[in-house]
Amino acid sequence: MTLTLVGLSHQATPIAVRERAFVPLPQASQLAKELADAGEAVCLSTCNRTELYLVGEDAERRALDALTDLSGLPEEEVRGVVYRLADEAAALHLFRVAAGLDSMVPGEGEILGQVRSAFEVGAAGPVLDRLFRQALHAGKKVRAETAIAESPASVSSAAAALAQQVFGQLDECLVMLVGAGHVAELAARSLAARGAHIAVVANRSVDRAEALAVRFGGVGIPLEAAAERLADVDVLVSSTGAPGRTFGRADVEAALRARKGRPLFLIDLAVPRDLDPAIHELDGCYLYDIDDLESVVAASLAGRRREAARAEAIVAEEGERFRGWLASREVVPAIASLRAWAEEIRAAELERARGRLGLSESQHAAVESVTAQIVNKLLHLPTVRLKEAAAGADGGSYAEAVRHLFDLGDDDPH
Amino acid sequence: MGEFLFWPVLLAYGEAAVAYAGDVRRPGSAGRLATWGVRIGWLLQTALLVEQATRADGFPWTTWAGSLNLFVWLVVTVYLVWGCRDRYRLLGLAVMPLAAVLLVLARVGGGTGATGSGGYSTAFLVLHVGLLSFAFAALTLSAALAVLYLWQERRLKAHRPGALLGRAPSLLTLETLSARTIVVALPALTAGIVAGLVRLRSEGGGIDALMAVTLGTWVVYGAYLVLRYEAGWRGRRAAYLALAGFALVIVARVGLQLTHFS
Repeated sequence: MTLTLVGLSHQATPIAVRERAFVPLPQASQLAKELADAGEAVCLSTCNRTELYLVGEDAERRALDALTDLSGLPEEEVRGVVYRLADEAAALHLFRVAAGLDSMVPGEGEILGQVRSAFEVGAAGPVLDRLFRQALHAGKKVRAETAIAESPASVSSAAAALAQQVFGQLDECLVMLVGAGHVAELAARSLAARGAHIAVVANRSVDRAEALAVRFGGVGIPLEAAAERLADVDVLVSSTGAPGRTFGRADVEAALRARKGRPLFLIDLAVPRDLDPAIHELDGCYLYDIDDLESVVAASLAGRRREAARAEAIVAEEGERFRGWLASREVVPAIASLRAWAEEIRAAELERARGRLGLSESQHAAVESVTAQIVNKLLHLPTVRLKEAAAGADGGSYAEAVRHLFDLGDDDPH
Repeated sequence: MGEFLFWPVLLAYGEAAVAYAGDVRRPGSAGRLATWGVRIGWLLQTALLVEQATRADGFPWTTWAGSLNLFVWLVVTVYLVWGCRDRYRLLGLAVMPLAAVLLVLARVGGGTGATGSGGYSTAFLVLHVGLLSFAFAALTLSAALAVLYLWQERRLKAHRPGALLGRAPSLLTLETLSARTIVVALPALTAGIVAGLVRLRSEGGGIDALMAVTLGTWVVYGAYLVLRYEAGWRGRRAAYLALAGFALVIVARVGLQLTHFS
C-alpha cells in the first residue's frame, strides 16, 4: 500500500482558499476517521496548510474529494493548487514541515505541536504511526542540533528575548505596560510566557488599564502615576502612541538611582516614540525602540535561514531512514511467506517420518528441534540478504524473485 | 615524561581556544570540540603535575615557570566547573587562549619541569603558594566573566545582540557570578598572604615587589566587594574594577619572578 499526501499550503495557495480548507482539530479527527476507512489517515490543518496523509486504496482520489468538499471550490481549481506526493517524497515533506523548514518563518516552534496534535487525533496505523513519530523526532532533532529556533522571529518575542539577555530567568522580573492597546498586550503575552510578571498597566483610561491588568494578575493605574512606579519594575513596555514623551531622561535617572545598580530594560513600541532616546545613554539602562527590535528580528531571520541548510541535511537523513523502513516492508511479506512455506514442508515431512521411524516422545522432540534449526540456518542468509536489498533500491525485485523461485504466491501468509 | 606531556596539553588547549572562536561564528560541533579539548588538556596537565609531584622532593612548583604551570591548571580546573555547560561556552573564548599563552610563557620562561623546595617546608609552600594560586585562578575566572559581561553589554548597548541572544548567560548572571567568584577567592588570597607574612615575620626580611603587588591586588578586590555590596556598584563600573584587579594578578603571576623562593 502506498503512502499518499495531498495538501495545500501557503507556498502556492492564497489565504482565501486556505481559510476555507482549514479544519479545526475535532473535525480533523472526524475527517481522518472517515478517510481511514480500511486504511490509515491523518489530517494536519493549520493556518498555513491543510494536508491529508493517507494509506489505503484509492487514497489520492479520496483525499482530493475531501479537499474539494472542504474548500467548496470546483475540483479543477483545487487540482490547480494542491500538491500530491507519495511514499518517501511525502515522508520527506512531513519531516520538513515538522522541522519548521516549510513554515513562513523558518524554524518556528508551533508547527511541531500541531503535527503532534494531528497525529494524536488521527487514525494512524503502522505506516502513519511510524511516519509521524519519526517526523516528531526529526523536528526535535533539528531544533536541538541547529540554532534555527533559538533566535526571535517577531518584534514581541525579540523584546522578551532581549529582556532575558539582561535578566536571565524572568520569573522574578516585574513588568510595567504603559498603554493598554493590542501592541502592549502582544508584548505582555510574550514576556509572561517566559515567566515575567506583568505587575502594572498604566493608561490614560484607568478602566482599560485595569481590564488588561486583571488578565495578567497586575494592577491598573493612571498614566500620570507611572513615573512613580518606574523604580519598582525591571522591564517597561511603552506603546501609548501619544504625541509627547511619557518618560524623559531625568525620570529614568531617578529610577536607576533608586534601583541601586539593578539594570532597567525599556521597550518603546510606539510611533511616534514615547521614550526619550537619550535614556539609552544611561549606565545600566537598555532602550530598544521598534526599529531596533525590527533590526534584531531581521538579523535573527537571516541566521535562521543560514541554519536551515544544516536542518535540511538532518531532515534528509531522517527521510533516508524512513525510505529504508518503507522498503523493508516490501520484503517482509515475502520473508514471512518463505518461512511459512519452509515450516510447512518441515512439519509435513517430520509427521510422515514419525510413524516410519517409530520415535519416542523425547526422540521426536530432539528431531523436531534439529530440523527447525536446519530450516532456520538455511533461511538466515536469504533473509538477511533480502533485508539488505530492501534498504537499497532492489527490495521489490528481490521479493518478486523469491516469490517466483519458491512459487509463494502474492498473498500475505497471515 | 613530564616534558613529553607538555606538548599534548598545549595542543589540546590551543585546539579548545580555536574551536571556541569557531563556535561563536557557527554554534554546534565546534563548541563540543572545544569542551573536549579542555577536558583532554586538563587530564593531560593533571598527569603532568602528578608526574612532577611524584618526582620532586617536597613542593615542586616554586619556580616562576613551575608556579605558572600550576596556575594554568587551577584556572582550567575552575573553568571546567562552568565550561561544560552550553550557556557558558563563550567564557572559554576568554579563558582558553589565556591558558594556552600562559603555558607557552611557562615553557619559554624556564620549562614546566619541577624543582626542589629551596629550603622551605612543604606545608608552608602548599599553604602559601597553593592558596595564592587558587585565589589567582578564581580571580582569572572572575575577570573572564567581567570581559564577557562588558562584551555582551556593549553589544546590547549598540543594539546588535546578534549571536548572543539565547546563547550567552544574561548580564545579571555574569555580574553575579563574577562577584561570587571574588567572594570565594578573597578569603583564599587573604589566608595565603597571612601565611606569607607570618613566615616573613619569623624569618625576617623585607617586602619585595611581588608581595607589594599581591597586597595591592587584595586592596583592589576588597574595595570591589565593599563598593558592590555597600555602595551598589554594579554593571560596567564593577566589571572595570574587577579587570583592574586582574591586571595586578597578571603582574604578580607573569611579570614578577618568585624571587623570595630562590
